[in-house]
Amino acid sequence: MSDANGVQKKRSRDSIANVLIVAISLCIVCSVLVSTAAVVLKPIQERNKALDRKKNILNSAGLFDAAKDIEEQFQQVETRVVELSTGMFADHIDAQAYDLGEVLKDPGMSAAVTKDKDIAGIRQQEKYALVYLVKDQEQIKNIILPIRGAGLYSTLYGFLALKADGSTIQGLSFYDQGETPGLGGEIANPKWRAKWQDKIIYDEAGMPRIEIIKGPVDSTAPEAMHQVDAIAGATLTSRSVNNLVRFWFGDLGYKSLLERISSRAG
Amino acid sequence: MNEDTKKVVLDPLVDNNPVVLQILGICPALAVTTSLSTALTMAVALTFVVSFSNVFVSMIRHYIPNNIRIIVQMTIIASLVIIVDQSLQAFAFDLSKRMSVFVGLIITNCIVLGRAEAFASKNPPGLSFLDGIGSGLGFGLVLLLVGSTRELLGSGSLLGYPILPLITEDGWYYPIGLMLLAPSAFFIIGLLIWALRSWKTEQVESTAYQIRQVHRTEVV
Repeated sequence: MSDANGVQKKRSRDSIANVLIVAISLCIVCSVLVSTAAVVLKPIQERNKALDRKKNILNSAGLFDAAKDIEEQFQQVETRVVELSTGMFADHIDAQAYDLGEVLKDPGMSAAVTKDKDIAGIRQQEKYALVYLVKDQEQIKNIILPIRGAGLYSTLYGFLALKADGSTIQGLSFYDQGETPGLGGEIANPKWRAKWQDKIIYDEAGMPRIEIIKGPVDSTAPEAMHQVDAIAGATLTSRSVNNLVRFWFGDLGYKSLLERISSRAG
Repeated sequence: MNEDTKKVVLDPLVDNNPVVLQILGICPALAVTTSLSTALTMAVALTFVVSFSNVFVSMIRHYIPNNIRIIVQMTIIASLVIIVDQSLQAFAFDLSKRMSVFVGLIITNCIVLGRAEAFASKNPPGLSFLDGIGSGLGFGLVLLLVGSTRELLGSGSLLGYPILPLITEDGWYYPIGLMLLAPSAFFIIGLLIWALRSWKTEQVESTAYQIRQVHRTEVV
């Protein structure tokens, strides 16, 4: 008796009607739950991402104080959009709505970098970039610039903070990298980051001179102000950093902007 | 707790551990154990996912048609993991950045589907929930051991607190770089399996196939 019932149950469980009912109801229930979670949580996630980015920007200039509120500290930073080729501010573009991923997909807002010029390996470059100015009253104190480039195992994303003269480095920090921990990953080590402080990017002719060299920097040589030690055992990652810094402070990068702003700052 | 429930929760810790006996869930055990905090986060996330997926699978176990059984289980698991991932990104952003894609990869963790198939499809929801907790605990135990070893020997710290002073920080400990790479997790898990089976010899598997020795005596 129970066996017949069991067989009956099994038959109805595997019937086409049941398959369709279970499949469709499951899909509906799961979709509702997942999309509700995604939609409800999205504003919180966006807020987290924006806050995190602000923390990274402040951190690169050494301005981040973990004890204080991030939004409050970010009040001193002015976000602007810059046209890279001319170095002019492009205030018609909304800085708050700027999304690098979207910009790089837009053929009107970005262009491919030719292979011989693409020393940073970024392939596609934005025509308009976000830059961050730390201002005291109306005077520019620091210029914080987003930089990126191909590392050995990952794309390196960072911010380089400059002093008012647009050539002396205040700080450098990579907030996103996937290099080998202990080797290339040492670019995140505060000890190595400290080596960049007070180094000078441009020479008297205004050409980018900053470089990462193998072997210790001879602090007595005049060249030393443009040189940073490579990381021991991380030749390729060090070379990647060298190339991406050279790229972003060259003709295709922020050079035009810095020539304009720094002559203003004096 | 009666005998049955105790067995369900405690067995997966030593006697029937999903990682070192059933050899499941190795991938996250390699990936997120470079530091103890990510290892523990993964363990908690997995315990949550496997217990609740067990409950939901168990609740509808009499209605799931046989021919779409695996897909149904996967859909439930995937939905749960997405919700966990989104929640982590919203409420524990820094942690979710360090876990990166590995929370999403819980969907592929064999332990979750394994328990849904082996236990939840045949047992009531209450017991299935406890089985999920047990499997999560067993997984968590292995991750705890691997994670603390790797973080201590690879970075000289535990949960971010420095324990062994590193050479780069004017200390004496030269960190073992290999500990931060995936192969070290393989070695540690292998050593764990060896140690456990030396203690609990009943876990040693019998030889599946014995190669026959053929002695040639005649000259060809």
